[in-house]
Amino acid sequence: MGSNLATPVTPAVLPPASLLHSKKMANEQEQKQPAPPLSAWVPAVALGWLIPGGGHLLLRRTGRGLLLLVTITAMFLCGLMMRGTMFQPQSGDLLTTLINTGGFIGDLCSGILYLLASWLGYNQPDMAGAVHDYGTKFLVTAGLLNLLAIVDAYEIAAGRKE
Amino acid sequence: MPSMRLSHFEAAFLFALFTSVVLGIVTKRNDRDRFHYGVYTFACFLVALFGLGWLMYFGHG
Repeated sequence: MGSNLATPVTPAVLPPASLLHSKKMANEQEQKQPAPPLSAWVPAVALGWLIPGGGHLLLRRTGRGLLLLVTITAMFLCGLMMRGTMFQPQSGDLLTTLINTGGFIGDLCSGILYLLASWLGYNQPDMAGAVHDYGTKFLVTAGLLNLLAIVDAYEIAAGRKE
Repeated sequence: MPSMRLSHFEAAFLFALFTSVVLGIVTKRNDRDRFHYGVYTFACFLVALFGLGWLMYFGHG
């Protein structure tokens, strides 16, 4: 009886210590993943900003790149045709600064679409009306969706995603 | 430039469509999952659109 008590009791459901150790090592390796070199991801990110889906096209993800290009461009054009307003950064109270600066960054994320619209003189004043308001939201959302596409292109270029 | 006058439903439908396509593309890791996630997101948008519409209808009394 005494010898039985001295034996350590290990429940069958617990994983062996070596498995726990290897999982811990894998987590540490994942956390300490080195930053990818600039040359690997900067061209994809820059082209992805300038042309929606361009990063994916550069990385030879043609189908996804074209789908992103068509979708984001269509959304931006819908926003323009609904006569949405482009945000300009404004200072003032906190809410005004946040909305206008955030909206401006969102618009800017559309890349060449935003630049072309600005250079070609698109300057819609902020008017009352539901359709104009939808247009403004479409313009900002097109930029934000392009931002998601840029992050995806970065992850592919950095080897973190296929 | 041609102008576009959409109803709230049409604008929300287009918004849901474009957003679902991009979310499907950037979120998942293979084409099958991307397609399923895009359809799922689009369905969620439509459910929310109709749900909130009816909620506002009943809220007005």
